[in-house]
Amino acid sequence: MKMMKNMRKEPLTDTQLLMSITIGIFIVMYLVAIIFLGGGFLHAQQIFDMLNDNASLIIVSCALTIVMIGGGIDISVGAVTSLVVMSCVLYLNSGGNIFVSILLALGIGLGFGLVQGFLISYLEIQPFIVTLAGMFFARGMTTILSVNPQKSEHSGFEKLREMKIEIPFLGYTAKNGNFVPARMELGVVVALICVVFIFILLKYIRLGRNFYAMGGNQQSALMLGINVKRTRFFSYVISGLLSGISGYVFMMHTGAGNATNAAGMEMNAIASSIIGGTLLTGGVGNVIGTFFGTLTLTTIKKIVVSSGLNDPWWQSITTGGMLCFFILLQSVVLGKRAKKKNS
Amino acid sequence: MKNKKTHGGLGQLTIPIIALALLVLFNVVRDLIFIYYFKDPNYVSFFSIEFTRNNLDNTVLAGNLISIINGASELAILAMGMTLVTAACGGQDISVGAAAAIAGSVFVKVLKSSSSINGGTVAIAFVSACIVAMLFGSFNGTLVAVFKIQPMIATLILYTCGRSIAYWINGGATPTVNSPIITAIGSFIPGIPIPTPVLIVIAVSLLFKLIFKFTSLELFTQSVGINGSAARLNGINSTFIKLLSFIILGVCVAFSGTIGVSRLGLINHETLLLDIEMDTILAVAIGGNSLGGGKFKIGGSIIGAYVIQMLTITLYAMKVSSTDVKAYKAIVIVLLVVLGSPVVKAKFEKVLSYLGLNRQSISTKGAQ
Repeated sequence: MKMMKNMRKEPLTDTQLLMSITIGIFIVMYLVAIIFLGGGFLHAQQIFDMLNDNASLIIVSCALTIVMIGGGIDISVGAVTSLVVMSCVLYLNSGGNIFVSILLALGIGLGFGLVQGFLISYLEIQPFIVTLAGMFFARGMTTILSVNPQKSEHSGFEKLREMKIEIPFLGYTAKNGNFVPARMELGVVVALICVVFIFILLKYIRLGRNFYAMGGNQQSALMLGINVKRTRFFSYVISGLLSGISGYVFMMHTGAGNATNAAGMEMNAIASSIIGGTLLTGGVGNVIGTFFGTLTLTTIKKIVVSSGLNDPWWQSITTGGMLCFFILLQSVVLGKRAKKKNS
Repeated sequence: MKNKKTHGGLGQLTIPIIALALLVLFNVVRDLIFIYYFKDPNYVSFFSIEFTRNNLDNTVLAGNLISIINGASELAILAMGMTLVTAACGGQDISVGAAAAIAGSVFVKVLKSSSSINGGTVAIAFVSACIVAMLFGSFNGTLVAVFKIQPMIATLILYTCGRSIAYWINGGATPTVNSPIITAIGSFIPGIPIPTPVLIVIAVSLLFKLIFKFTSLELFTQSVGINGSAARLNGINSTFIKLLSFIILGVCVAFSGTIGVSRLGLINHETLLLDIEMDTILAVAIGGNSLGGGKFKIGGSIIGAYVIQMLTITLYAMKVSSTDVKAYKAIVIVLLVVLGSPVVKAKFEKVLSYLGLNRQSISTKGAQ
């Protein structure tokens, strides 16, 4: 953020530059997919499918973005998601009501956020270790609750789950002549609300600006009179809360609790944030970029599957390759800018 | 920060040793309760070590303590390499599990393609696994040292696709290798009652000791970790040191991959050393090393690895199922790190000085 506001023609900040690269690459990739693979990629439903499948990943990636902008890391998000799904399904199956189950989800997430945030910011323990312990704890608790997969049998919740938002004008006519409207799950709406809310938080609210200041340079943030400890604490609390929301959205999508739910989600979320232009060093990042990062990650997987490379190892190899490409690109672009700035 | 003089060379090792002592104490108390209070005749003490004959008719040592030092072998070897990477780069390699799967796959692939398995082919297989692991290590190292990418992000790439590469090496199969030599590496050499992995750990740690004694690697790594640009101005090639730390970690990965494969006699790319990267980083942290780089003690990480394994075995001995262990482990980890946190330590010292027991401060924090 060294760019001064009073410069006449304001150049892009690092955040904006990385974000526009991501969005550009996503659009190019999607166009390439349409040209070479055609078919499914032309329908709007394809995008909605990607959103439906990844609503919780988007929310968790937003959480990671906030924490990473603040210069920290939270690898407990996937495990907390899994724990929330399992406990909510068990609670609903034992005859609970939906409203309380939502509170339960938020409560679990908030609990993890509060404890982890306290340990990290006020006891100054390394975030990786604390959230690693959080991850172990949540995964362990999930299996203690139930080793076997649990399907939700709550009638009211099933109704909520079936509720889909239909957008007729984006639909398409199937081969048998039936008109299929584009369908979007409620979870996607929640995810989009989260994205918008966090965008506003990071852009216009003091707490959000403090995240950037803290991640950019902790010492100067302290000098500016920012309560660094409290700011860091809040970044983990928000992250925990979002993991709780993500758990509920995950449950709305799958409707079943399983010990292996959301396995590896934390790494996917970190990857999405990185692709979206967030730097692990802190101070740089944007939630809109993260949103497109998630979409990019999903699109590449879809492309791999649609091009007939069905072996399971293709997906992770292409994901790894793309991650490598993005990371190198960011490193080179930022390195060049830093050189230009210095000269 | 006062002058960081430590007493008797302990200092940073206080926390891991206290943790180890607490675990031992816990088990002693548990033993006493079971033996003298419940008077359970079938109860076997946690610390009992006995000579048994295994199915190959060797006289071997068995017992919880043996399974602790045996089971932690891969972890200890990886923790040694990880300590170097952490110290030099101020970040961790999260791809060690995936890289070990690749090294194991290469090891099996070479053994499978040779006509017979004898000492020579095993050596060739190990050397090729080593070379491959070092190549992947230098890939990670290049990203970190040359392109200045955060280690965790750089190794995320290999973490994502490493196990798929391992899958691809053996064409998706999980081939088995049956040979007395492999069994000897994985469990016991005939005539020696100590498990071979433990001997390998001792050998590797001696190797590290020798390297540190005869080269300036330790000093250089610490200075690069404390301040890379200052080290460069003093004529230390910090890029090379960082790269070297990843390559050394690659060798450690090859060792632990080989042990992991030899234990079972087969390579399963999905489950071989699964989640070991997290345990490794934990071992480094419990060992009192700063995860932000700088000063380090390999010994601390080794003790950290044994603490983790002892915790796991203690929980198993208490009949906790293997999937639930994680939750209890997390609680103990949090307690340990809270004990070792700078804030708690400062408070503790204040209390001590208030009581008139003012000692010189012992700091486990890395150089700031």
